[in-house]
Amino acid sequence: MAEVVEGKKLSSYAEVGATQYVLERGLDTDVMVLNMGPQHPATHGVLRVELITDGEIVVKATPYIGYLHRCFEKHAESLEYQMVIPYTDRMDYLSAMNNEWVYCMAVEKLLKIEVPRRIEFMRVIVAELNRIASHIIAIGTYGLDIGAFTPFLHTFHDREHIMNLLEWLCGARMLYNYIWVGGVSHDFPPKFKERVAEFLKYYKPRVDEMNKLLTENELFVQRTRGIGVLPADVAINYGCSGPMLRGSGVKWDLRRNVPYSVYPELEFDVVVPKGDISVIGDCLSRHLVRCYEIYESIKIIEQCLDKMPDEPGFDPHKAVPKRIKPQAGEAIARGENPRGELAYYIISDGKGVKPYRVKARAPSFSNLSVLPELAKGALISDVVAIVGSIDIVLGDVDR
Amino acid sequence: MQPNPLTIDDIAALVREKFGDVISDPEKTPTAEFFTITDLDYLQAVMYFLREDERTKFNYLYCLSGVDNNDGTFTVVYHLESLGIHGHRLEVKANCSKEKPEIPSVSEIWRTADWHEREVYDLFGIKFIGHPDLRRILCPEDWEGHPLRKDYKVAEYYHGIRIPY
Repeated sequence: MAEVVEGKKLSSYAEVGATQYVLERGLDTDVMVLNMGPQHPATHGVLRVELITDGEIVVKATPYIGYLHRCFEKHAESLEYQMVIPYTDRMDYLSAMNNEWVYCMAVEKLLKIEVPRRIEFMRVIVAELNRIASHIIAIGTYGLDIGAFTPFLHTFHDREHIMNLLEWLCGARMLYNYIWVGGVSHDFPPKFKERVAEFLKYYKPRVDEMNKLLTENELFVQRTRGIGVLPADVAINYGCSGPMLRGSGVKWDLRRNVPYSVYPELEFDVVVPKGDISVIGDCLSRHLVRCYEIYESIKIIEQCLDKMPDEPGFDPHKAVPKRIKPQAGEAIARGENPRGELAYYIISDGKGVKPYRVKARAPSFSNLSVLPELAKGALISDVVAIVGSIDIVLGDVDR
Repeated sequence: MQPNPLTIDDIAALVREKFGDVISDPEKTPTAEFFTITDLDYLQAVMYFLREDERTKFNYLYCLSGVDNNDGTFTVVYHLESLGIHGHRLEVKANCSKEKPEIPSVSEIWRTADWHEREVYDLFGIKFIGHPDLRRILCPEDWEGHPLRKDYKVAEYYHGIRIPY
């Protein structure tokens, strides 16, 4: 039955839709502020996103960060060069090996030390193992954000093997303090290489299985395909890097484009989405890049195990300086962290054993800064998918 | 576009040709090469030129750091890269005094500078002129002082709560 107000017949909702329905009745619509976080399961830590919403549509998203701010850079100024390494572990705690490696590269550059070749291969192996561990957390928790519980348990099961390997190597499961300036803390234990090779053999079919479980899942694809599309030029302008940038189709990887360590000797592909199952730059593309990068990391580790020189009685502390006191100067080292470009910019005043200034350029920080751009105009439920696809670690964002 | 990586001397010459004497001579140390923008009025124009000119095309700002020189001046360091076009890299510096810590913002040129400049403002108190939303980003809004200044005294209380160290 039609509604009649003051002799005027009003249209029904089905006839005219929401906007006209509201206008005819003189009802006012307004935007609503919705806080996502700081304690929200999908923000992967303590991140608050203030969403201004118009119904289900996000008009504006503003991230608020700093809940985990420890002022690493201030700490670093009051510690000796070697003592900073454990702090770098605690920034991107899911890929601690990569963090300490880049920091050590910066100090080595400042000191102009050559690292033994065997050490370089050891570093690549542990960093790539850590990259796999980090990527499968990203993939597993991304499934969890979107509502798939099984892949999370599946990936954590495999991650446990990597954690065990690294624990055997240096005694710690997550925060290793393994890579030192000029060397590493321990040589590979006997049979370690064989165990790694065994793990890779076991793990390869498991990646395929994980992709079948999650990546090829229709529900997952529906939730991520075409969502949060990030054009390549916007990604570069916002300083995005890593899977975030490659997901937008930019073939850019520091291991290839600004080569360091022994990466120029190794065969691997820089993965970019083909655009066959995903829209280039969307959440699914970023997810796919991570999935395929696992295969590349496996390839890298296999080559390293072959090429690594065997030196019985090798002393991993051979090139470790007793006292680190660089001359006055500055150096920047860049490395490809699982999340993107990590850079350490160190200034030495030449007077003491402590750095004058340490700046950490964190990949998650720049990657997160593009969120307002991605979330604008998205549905509230898609914001969860977008934040998950950026793969932030709040320890890395806040430092 | 054909990749054509330039050296820091070439780039400095290009900037001088366009703007005159607004930058210092390139300084070269074994671990870094950089030049300093001496005339801050030209900072935004030089940066825009570096991003837009066909020969330089620095489309990627990968690091922006503040430094307290402990002699009454601050330095802001820009690390640029021509990502996927020419592949060359550049380090540019700009100085300001501690009494008047003001530097023009480049956040309209590279959007990534938005958060990086907020971080430098938060930790050093350098004001970026022309920044659209210059608020603290890592410390709480009502935090007193700027922690990375060399003369910073650590706060003992925050909202009446003793901070344990």
